[in-house]
Amino acid sequence: MATETTGTASACVGPDGSAIGMPQLCADWMPNQIFWLLIALIAIYLVLSRVALPRIATVLAERQGAITNDIAAAEDLKTKAAEAEEAYNKALSDARAQAQDIIAKNKAEMQAELDKAIAKADAEIAAKSAESEKAISEIRASAVESVEAVAKDTAGSIVAALGGQADDVTISAAVDAQLKG
Amino acid sequence: MATEAEGGGLVFHPMDQFIVKPVFGDGAVGMFTFTNMALWLLLAVVCVIALMVLGTSKRATVPSRIQSVAELAYGFIYKMVEDVTGKDAVKYFPYIFTLFMFIVFSNFLALIPTSFSPTSHIAVTAVLGFGVFIAVTVLGFVKNGAGFLGLFWVASAPLALRPILAIIELISYFVRPVSHSIRLAGNIMAGHAVLKVFAGFAAITAVAPLSILGITAIFALEVLVGFIQAYVFTILTCVYLKDALHPSH
Repeated sequence: MATETTGTASACVGPDGSAIGMPQLCADWMPNQIFWLLIALIAIYLVLSRVALPRIATVLAERQGAITNDIAAAEDLKTKAAEAEEAYNKALSDARAQAQDIIAKNKAEMQAELDKAIAKADAEIAAKSAESEKAISEIRASAVESVEAVAKDTAGSIVAALGGQADDVTISAAVDAQLKG
Repeated sequence: MATEAEGGGLVFHPMDQFIVKPVFGDGAVGMFTFTNMALWLLLAVVCVIALMVLGTSKRATVPSRIQSVAELAYGFIYKMVEDVTGKDAVKYFPYIFTLFMFIVFSNFLALIPTSFSPTSHIAVTAVLGFGVFIAVTVLGFVKNGAGFLGLFWVASAPLALRPILAIIELISYFVRPVSHSIRLAGNIMAGHAVLKVFAGFAAITAVAPLSILGITAIFALEVLVGFIQAYVFTILTCVYLKDALHPSH
């Protein structure tokens, strides 16, 4: 660094090119230093205040805006999802209720039909059994009549065979009394 | 300052690195000569533009690395102004940010070997320090009128003590720009001079490893100091500005 050959550069630099005292205190250089410093400061200030700082402020504001928007959108989607879930649950419970309804209705219909069929069958059975009853009672009546006739005939025959003499009226009265008895 | 070391012919020129000289030719340094200091100031300006303008040119919502650094610097100083000085001081943010960017880049560029460190010069830091001092004082009187003098009249102290305190406050107020500027220049100058001294010892083979280790350690320390001094200068500017805007204690 100490390669300067001239001592004419400044009173603050010795003939061998090294500093005399503190270079910081060399008044010869100060106007130059202040001049270039002010140039540099003004340049930095202009660049920063005109270009860089507004730009960064915009970028930061935009980012903040984007973040706020995204959070709002996420919130929106979340509520939408919750709504969709609610709707789905509602549809599900509705469908369940409907199914329950349909099952109950079908059951009731089936029951009604069954009841009707049972009633019809009962009625038919009742009619049939009444008919049978009637037929049986007829048969029984005819059987009783036949028995009476056979008994009377047999009684008359027996009486005759035994050598008795009996008229029909007496015999039938006797048989009737016996049958009731 | 050529310091002959004891015996071994060691020659230290720790202050030579601060010599201002023309980049082109050997002439005297006039007012407008393009000097090595002007060159490194220009490089600082270029670096600021590269970081803050070119780095943010994409205006990306998802920032690139360099854009995040720019945004980080912006947020760091913006928050400092807001927290220390108050929300009404945000309009002075560009000035404070200019100071911070200039000092931090000058300090870091000065750590490049064979570079020149503008912030080690009293002429530079005094302009910065007195600039802040004058701006803050003028602003204080413009904003508060004579009420700005209330800064020196400690109303919470007993009446008998107030004149004495006023004198102390007044002296401390006028010492501010001096300490403000010498703190920065002194730190940077001392650090660089120490680096040079350690480098001088590397000429002795036996001590060279130790010397290089020392340079490494001091260099790391200087990186830290470079940032911290920029931070300190900026936050003190904010504190002084707060005094001007709200002079009541």
